[in-house]
Amino acid sequence: MKSIIILIFILIQSPFIFASEDIYLEKAPIDLSDQPSLQKGARTFINYCLNCHSAKYMRYNKLLDIGLSKKDIKDNLLFTGKKIGDPMEISMPVAESKKWFGAAPPDLSVVARSRGSDWIYSYMKGFYRDSSREIGWNNIVYVNSAMPHILWELQGEKELDQKTGKLSLIKAGKLNEKEYDSVITDLTNFITYMSEPGQLKRKKMGFYVVGFLLLLLVLTIKLKKEFWKDIK
Amino acid sequence: MAKKIDSQDSAGFIGWIDERFPLSSFIKNHLTEYYAPKNFNFWYLFGALALFVFVMQILTGIFLTMHYKPDAAQAFASVEYIMRDVSFGWLIRYMHSTGSSLFFVVIYLHMFKSLMYGSYQKPRELLWIFGVAIFLALMAEAFFGYLLPWGQMSYWGAQVIVNLFAAVPFIGPDLAEWVRGDYLISDATLNRFFAFHVIALPLALAGLILTHLIALHEVGSNNPDGVEIKNYKDKKTGIPLDGIPFHPYYTVKDLIGLTVFLIVFASIIFFAPEMGGYFLEANNFVPADPLVTPSHIAPVWYFTPFYSILRAVPPILNSQFPGVAAMGLSVLIFAFVPWLDKSPVRSIRYKGILYKKWLGAFVVSFIILGYLGTVPSTIWGQFPMILPLLGGSDVATVAARIFTIIYFSFFILMPIYSKKSITKPVPTRVTMK
Repeated sequence: MKSIIILIFILIQSPFIFASEDIYLEKAPIDLSDQPSLQKGARTFINYCLNCHSAKYMRYNKLLDIGLSKKDIKDNLLFTGKKIGDPMEISMPVAESKKWFGAAPPDLSVVARSRGSDWIYSYMKGFYRDSSREIGWNNIVYVNSAMPHILWELQGEKELDQKTGKLSLIKAGKLNEKEYDSVITDLTNFITYMSEPGQLKRKKMGFYVVGFLLLLLVLTIKLKKEFWKDIK
Repeated sequence: MAKKIDSQDSAGFIGWIDERFPLSSFIKNHLTEYYAPKNFNFWYLFGALALFVFVMQILTGIFLTMHYKPDAAQAFASVEYIMRDVSFGWLIRYMHSTGSSLFFVVIYLHMFKSLMYGSYQKPRELLWIFGVAIFLALMAEAFFGYLLPWGQMSYWGAQVIVNLFAAVPFIGPDLAEWVRGDYLISDATLNRFFAFHVIALPLALAGLILTHLIALHEVGSNNPDGVEIKNYKDKKTGIPLDGIPFHPYYTVKDLIGLTVFLIVFASIIFFAPEMGGYFLEANNFVPADPLVTPSHIAPVWYFTPFYSILRAVPPILNSQFPGVAAMGLSVLIFAFVPWLDKSPVRSIRYKGILYKKWLGAFVVSFIILGYLGTVPSTIWGQFPMILPLLGGSDVATVAARIFTIIYFSFFILMPIYSKKSITKPVPTRVTMK
């Protein structure tokens, strides 16, 4: 019995726990039902990320679902010449960006499903100054990442203590640590939402479907009992 | 078998049809007067469920085909288009992706039932062989389908499996190239896999399922006691004394099972469609990139027991062929079970403890090999260097080798232990446990 329990315990663990190296990922405190957070995250995403990264499977009009108005999207979030039904594409050519960064910035539409929300959250908090690299930055979550710290003005600059492996602030930014964490939480929240915009609707629908099936189960059991009462 | 009925038996519209097409007699022969043993238990649900899942995969597949593009440049995007822009596309896609995993769950349980109750023994050998053929076709169907989302796991999984053909002596490399239609997995491969997935194999599966059912209705269902209900028939009517009409008795009973299945199915679709990375792998949300090999390539969970066997067998004379052959044999060997089992009784209820132990060992090996196939072989570390023979080798690889040996021993030693195992007396009629 004991061995069976151990076996089940091993088997229910995701295979991807083992796939990555030993990086400590912070749990992203996100809440997909928090619309103001999603809206703030969308703004940060469009203003900072959507210059180099595309999100080409995400359409601007999906932002209506997180409580933004058409006017709001058109006036503040759409790039010039784009329509509200357009996908979030960028004009930077892949071949050029490969030359500039060494690797083309990946499309972020479904990055929360391949990397996970915790990874994104930890990554955005993991930048530090590294003078040995051309871009001047490095990251504790994704070592030698080709991405410079885009939000450095907000977070300030950090440095890595090689002994403890911890980051410490060397130059303050516009935001304090709590405020920066909140910006990253909102951003992670939005990126997670964007990876499957219908996920809240899906879960909500699930309760009705499973509820209906449970009722149906009662009926099918009664039906079977009725038919089988003469079988001995 | 029910007697052939005359058209006079039914009147009106049905009568009109019956004069031209055997509608009523078909329904009688296969449902209302098809007599199944009355003692079916939980395990007898999975055949009907498998048929249900097959139909569901076909239906959801048809709708997916309306929006999917089998083109290396568009495939990944078209799947995301289905997930986001097609009305209820996400539901159809999750039904299909979850359905494929649950198809294997259902089939594995269905096969386990047959192994428990000896449903392959005379006169059901052909029924069993058609079943093994369905299993093979289903594995091919799943393999071809897995390339279609064109993610990193799709691409590299296909790369690994197609490269297995390259291990065949002499013709290997040419064979692999012929399968791919290119020097690497490419648009040409995607297109042909799409053709196999949406028409060739579903058609083959439909045909095989039909022959499986024809064979079943010819010989009649086995049951948990493994006794023939046809041996004791009512003298007047010729109806087996322990048989009950499939409809309505088993249709209403299967409805309960179907509803429970749907609850599990819906819970996965609506609350955990990725199933922690087992049903939809995280790496498959990265578009296929021939230039970037993922650090860890693993097939979907339902292939992992066989994949483990492949990895466990060491290369001989620098050739991977022994591993490939062992993997192929691990699937094909099921077909020989009717002739490997020498036990005088069918059901595990009356087979001896020795057989039960072997079946248990087989199931444990299958599960552990399945788990080991999902993880890198370094997962359990290495044996300390000071150990003779084992020193330095991966613990998981050695474990996989041991369980591979147990897996094959279950089949190869079956003629011996099934004969030696002391059986219990079999009742003449079925029991209602």
